[in-house]
Amino acid sequence: MDSNLAEKPTAEMHETTPARPRLPLRNLIIRYGFLTLLAGLIVFFSLATRGFASPQAAVFILQSVSITGILALGVTATLVVGGFDLSIGSIATSAMMAAAYVMVILEQNAFVAVVACLAIGAFVGLINGLIICYMRVPDLLATLGMMFLLIGLQRIPTEGRSIAAGMTMPDGSTAEGTFSTAFLALGRHRFDFFIENLVPAAVVVLIVLAVLIWFFLEYTRFGRMMYAVGSNARAAEFAGAPVKAYKIWAYVISGVFASIGGILLAARLGRGDIASGNNLLLDAVAAALIGFAVLGAAKPNAFGTAIGALFVGVLLQGLTMMNVPYYTQDFVKGAVLVVALVFTFALLGRNGR
Amino acid sequence: MAEDAIFRIAGLGKSFGRNEVLRGISLELRAGEVTVLMGANGAGKSTLVKIMSGIHRADSGSMALGASPFAPLTPAEAMRAGVVTVHQNIDDGVVGTLDVATNLVLDRLNGAGRGTFFNPRRVRREAREVASRMGLAIDLSTDVTELPLADRQMVAIARAMAHEPKVMILDEPTSSLSSNEAERLFALIERLRARGVAILYISHRMSDIRRVADRIISLRDGRISGLFEEKPLDYEGAVNAMLGQSLGASGVASQSATRAIFAASGLQLAEGARPFSLELGAGEVVAVTGLVGVGKTRLAETLFGIQAPLVGEMHLDGSPYAPATPTEAIRRGVFLVAKDRAKTGIVPDFNIYENMSLPFLPRFSHFGMARRRAERAAARRQIADLKVVCRSERDDLATLSGGNQQKVTVARWLSQSSRMLILDEPFQGVDIAARHDIAAKLRESAAKRATLLFLTELDEALETADRILVMSEHTIVGEHLNRDVDMDRLLAEVAGKGLQGAA
Repeated sequence: MDSNLAEKPTAEMHETTPARPRLPLRNLIIRYGFLTLLAGLIVFFSLATRGFASPQAAVFILQSVSITGILALGVTATLVVGGFDLSIGSIATSAMMAAAYVMVILEQNAFVAVVACLAIGAFVGLINGLIICYMRVPDLLATLGMMFLLIGLQRIPTEGRSIAAGMTMPDGSTAEGTFSTAFLALGRHRFDFFIENLVPAAVVVLIVLAVLIWFFLEYTRFGRMMYAVGSNARAAEFAGAPVKAYKIWAYVISGVFASIGGILLAARLGRGDIASGNNLLLDAVAAALIGFAVLGAAKPNAFGTAIGALFVGVLLQGLTMMNVPYYTQDFVKGAVLVVALVFTFALLGRNGR
Repeated sequence: MAEDAIFRIAGLGKSFGRNEVLRGISLELRAGEVTVLMGANGAGKSTLVKIMSGIHRADSGSMALGASPFAPLTPAEAMRAGVVTVHQNIDDGVVGTLDVATNLVLDRLNGAGRGTFFNPRRVRREAREVASRMGLAIDLSTDVTELPLADRQMVAIARAMAHEPKVMILDEPTSSLSSNEAERLFALIERLRARGVAILYISHRMSDIRRVADRIISLRDGRISGLFEEKPLDYEGAVNAMLGQSLGASGVASQSATRAIFAASGLQLAEGARPFSLELGAGEVVAVTGLVGVGKTRLAETLFGIQAPLVGEMHLDGSPYAPATPTEAIRRGVFLVAKDRAKTGIVPDFNIYENMSLPFLPRFSHFGMARRRAERAAARRQIADLKVVCRSERDDLATLSGGNQQKVTVARWLSQSSRMLILDEPFQGVDIAARHDIAAKLRESAAKRATLLFLTELDEALETADRILVMSEHTIVGEHLNRDVDMDRLLAEVAGKGLQGAA
């Protein structure tokens, strides 16, 4: 990403430790600025609205960001290796359509549907990785192309129709299958947590995946090597890392996470809705990029991504409860993203994607 | 040949911050002559070129073109005055997606007084003029991307020549050309010389220099260290002046190898290069020296599995060795401290211990989980061993000075035992104190492995190695034990004599 960074100190003539006395305040802002802002928002909304400071509202926020959060965690993996995955939104909707197709039209059970979705996610991620690593197509372009391809592909089996139980098939017959209750439970079941029927399954999935990917990136050698690949691929190669393999794995992770998001989306909607999921990509990418600013990391990181998703969720929920109209939502998200990016790149002096 | 100097430089000085790059350069260029400028990395060649071509401005001293003073503020101004530069990177000189005709008149398209609209017929006509004057036989309608490198360079030179320059600067023009292509360039240079252009030719390649030079100027540490214009030219003297006369006996107690670890036979690195053999033993430190671009890095990367040799066999510890990837080389115990640490060594986002453990993470891991405590302990040992100046092993690499960054990259590969440790220009951008620390540690730890250093600077080789090999034109042309080195023979070999003698 940035080789100048390492070169800069070469100009210094003397072998001294450059113990730059940075302003402690500036350091504090860099490290805790975003978390403080999040806490401030929560306090502000709790005081300003009634009902914001309740377990139900908290769970609602988590639920509203669960699917984008999962996608964002996946795209974080590709950001870590210095790549980007624009196809996550369409992988999610493709997985949603596939789940509906498998259950409603092929009349299979929930297990088969889930496995089919995961396989699609992994396969698309693999293809993305192969195109990027071996065909040398730039990551943004390759995944942009894949996004288009999938948006089109998911409409072909049903000739452009949404899939729901009892739908009329192109040949005039009626689809016999239904969404299985086990599958729908993924989107609708709520676990008891102090309060009865509090935590939705999607939130549990989000939390489990967030912990998993965080642990993977921070504490395993594979995660460490992925960061090395993203920071200086050539140095990683010279250190014996199979750079291409790590990149491809990152896209597979991203694809699988996106397909999990798609499964939860299908389970929540109970149908394969051709029009849903439009905002998934942008919301997920925004969360991951906002994550750069958390704890002054200035690099993709799972914790930051989770906080980024939460931040957007808190802000939107709070504003909604304060009766700010829904059509300002995208503006708010965009503004947060721009501020976070300025914070990351200007204050931390890093350049990169 | 004309004897009058057409371009004069007097007492030129230039500093970047505290770093004094040019310390009073005075030289003359004459019409119809090729003046070769030689200098090691950091001698100040490119700074001089940049001042002449209007990219930088001198701090002191003056330049004169003909009778009038010359102090260009921009490259365009230098070009208008009649000093044109063809830069080293060929693709900086041409626009690949445009055709040859447009490239030939590209600078005129920006000129004042041109209409807003692009007139392809006029461009074609002007381009034909430019091409015919230079005797350029290239189809004007081909895209530049489809041309071989030499032709691209011809296009860049032809365009520069359209300005009827008085002085032309060629900055390492052959560095990416094959010998055939270079021959065409030399023919062009002959024509320019015949037309009375004063040419400043910057190169490291002795074969080029022998081919084109009318006179040679050697540059060292920002000063002119030698001027050679009496025929026959004293090439060895020029190399000596460029590398410094301070060379002599070193303090190294030369060790002999105990037993062979690595052997290569019939190794051919480049098309047309002479195959060579190489044997390295345990406990010896071998330095390969030679000018820039003679294939040192190529050899280093071949041994490390980044490039494959054209022909040849390698053996490590008696069994065949043909690594396809660095991963394989590392598994066999062959480590490389690569040249240019910023590009190939350092992971800028990582701290010291993460950088050090990078190649050996599997050894520092337990069921895939990195054991940070072990990593940090190992890093602390290396920091103490190599006297890395830092606050702790968790410092970011970017906060360290160049010398300390280099210590970290070397320490990375010293932290585990190896069969063969290769270091490509390990002292680049490193101050003397750090260099001594690194060299001492290398010699001290060398007992059980073969150590191979690639060094352009001769005195670095004399300071650190038991045995010195000389490379020229992608092959090894000489070998010296670092006891009583015959400096004259060594310098002659660096200058390419060994090759001619043996060929």
